[in-house]
Amino acid sequence: MERAAQILAEHRGTEGPLLPILHAIQETFGYVPENAVAIIAEALNLSRAEVHGVVTFYHDFRQEPAGRHVLKLCRAEACQAAGGDALAARAEERLGVRFGGTTKDGRVRLEPVYCLGLCSVSPSAMIDGRIVARIDDKKLDALLAETDR
Amino acid sequence: MSGIRIYVPGDAVAVACGADELARAIASAASIRKRDIEIVRNGSRGMHWLEPMLEVATDKGRIAYGPVELGDVDSVFEAMLAGGGEHKLRVGPPEDHPFLKKQTRLTFARCGIVDPRSLDDYKAYDGYKGLAKALANPAAIVDEVAQSGLRGRGGAGFPTGIKWKTVAEAQADRKYIVCNADEGDSGTFADRMIMEGDPFVLIEGMTIAGIAVGATKGFVYIRSEYPHAIAVMNDAILAARRGGMLGNSVAGSTFAFDLEVREGAGAYVCGEETALLESLEGKRGLVRAKPPLPAHKGLFGRPTVINNVLSLATVPIVMDKGAAFYKNFGMGRSRGTMPIQLAGNLQYGGLFETAFGITLRELVDDIGGGCFTGRPVKAVQVGGPLGAYFPRALFDTPFDYEAFAARDGLIGHGGIVVFDDSVDMAKQARFAMEFCAVESCGKCTPCRIGSTRGVETVERIMRGEEREKNIAVLTDLCNTMKFGSLCALGGFTPYPVMSALRHFPDDFNTAPRLQAAE
Repeated sequence: MERAAQILAEHRGTEGPLLPILHAIQETFGYVPENAVAIIAEALNLSRAEVHGVVTFYHDFRQEPAGRHVLKLCRAEACQAAGGDALAARAEERLGVRFGGTTKDGRVRLEPVYCLGLCSVSPSAMIDGRIVARIDDKKLDALLAETDR
Repeated sequence: MSGIRIYVPGDAVAVACGADELARAIASAASIRKRDIEIVRNGSRGMHWLEPMLEVATDKGRIAYGPVELGDVDSVFEAMLAGGGEHKLRVGPPEDHPFLKKQTRLTFARCGIVDPRSLDDYKAYDGYKGLAKALANPAAIVDEVAQSGLRGRGGAGFPTGIKWKTVAEAQADRKYIVCNADEGDSGTFADRMIMEGDPFVLIEGMTIAGIAVGATKGFVYIRSEYPHAIAVMNDAILAARRGGMLGNSVAGSTFAFDLEVREGAGAYVCGEETALLESLEGKRGLVRAKPPLPAHKGLFGRPTVINNVLSLATVPIVMDKGAAFYKNFGMGRSRGTMPIQLAGNLQYGGLFETAFGITLRELVDDIGGGCFTGRPVKAVQVGGPLGAYFPRALFDTPFDYEAFAARDGLIGHGGIVVFDDSVDMAKQARFAMEFCAVESCGKCTPCRIGSTRGVETVERIMRGEEREKNIAVLTDLCNTMKFGSLCALGGFTPYPVMSALRHFPDDFNTAPRLQAAE
């Protein structure tokens, strides 16, 4: 938790520091650990419940480690219009998990995302932070193959 | 002498279609041939079916090629070396392309043309001329913006000048400018494009806003789904600070103004202005009751101008060319231009900026070219997940705030999502309710509970259970959500639901098929 203390120190003087701190914590640890919540609450003079409330409100923050890879498929309207629902079903079937789940071997977590702003080249996805557009079955299978590594 | 200049867009659409790999391949093709080149990562011109669209600067102007794939790099590069020579992917001079020629680019004048990270480039293309006018007569800024007729481009369409006037007149120790770059609506990407393609225009607009109302600090709240926009904005802010355009003395004046980028965390509701302010303060993104208005008590309880990216990015040209120039475009009470985003199942998707008044039919059929699947267009959703679905019968509706409202729709942030005839409108209605249930902040009951009950009711209709009765329940529920919700999330979710029901009743009246689908 030394690293957490360092992150807190870096944000001293920031106006409304909680979200930037949580982003930095998740960047460092891959999720927001329970004991970090207590340290943040103490430093910002908030209750643990308040910090917990913020962590759980936002879709981005995780309370447990994700898989080694995170595949986010856009499920919003512009991607639906271009065959996104069928792709989503294919991804679930191939990985054997539902959206929001991680494969048993911890290899990949499948998440929905509501719009990546790539609506004119839909359907789109983000894999480990990299964006991909104009996805068809073949491209999806290639993305899934990447998660084997 | 410096080598030829090649443009490889760094816009997320181009990157998602392989632009980064192309930039590397071009660089290695040049080094193999021992040719000196300069690669500029420009924004996108907005012709997204041609992305990645590469351009080469020649003595006769820029020549474009697209959509370029990795396998085309060698031959395209050779054509570029030949001074913009022939190639099967040659588009020609981009500004001569009909898609761009038909547009009126005011807000997007520089997007795709300049190097987004270069302050010098921005200035060379008329950048900071608006600020110069603003600094010459700071007291006149608010009036000029009000006179232009500019309305909030985020969706609500509230007059920008009135908002600014309220903040300018408020007394406080500190005031803030907040840019709402939480562009969460599906089918919209104009904010992202301007931040990635011409970030300085947003910085200039926010600086002018700060000077107009007496604020010295601004925040740009960008959604986390936009990592490229966040990176470009951060670089541009740094460049503006180094160039003396932000900081204690803006452009050598007595005005101070500085900016900070803040990253969202994946909550759609934070696009609502008061939820965004809560989020900036480090809280759950719960919607605030109004009044007090953000203009009186906004960020940290201080008077705050909170505007959409496009509203702020339009201010520089209004100041530069004058209110009358801008107001001259448009129809009725919708003045100026709107950057319209063409998305979904469309042959020619992209960014089309034009004066208000263009009809839906022109946008979908003539400019967009209909569905890429080759099937007929069945419905278009205008204005994001909270916007109404329009059938062909209403395609004569002109793009105008009031005209859309008169037909129980909204133009929102100007996104148009096109669906072909394979779409099931009952399923779309269910999705609208589902989305509201997932994204509701939970503060007010009509939105929090109503959306979940809405999903259940649409499902009952889809299963054919007491159809008439459940349609009446759904209609009543939508009425409660529309008039009883605290913000537009619960308040506007009825638009897609009711428009689907009203315009496509057959989709709600088919044989039970939900079980089959599940």
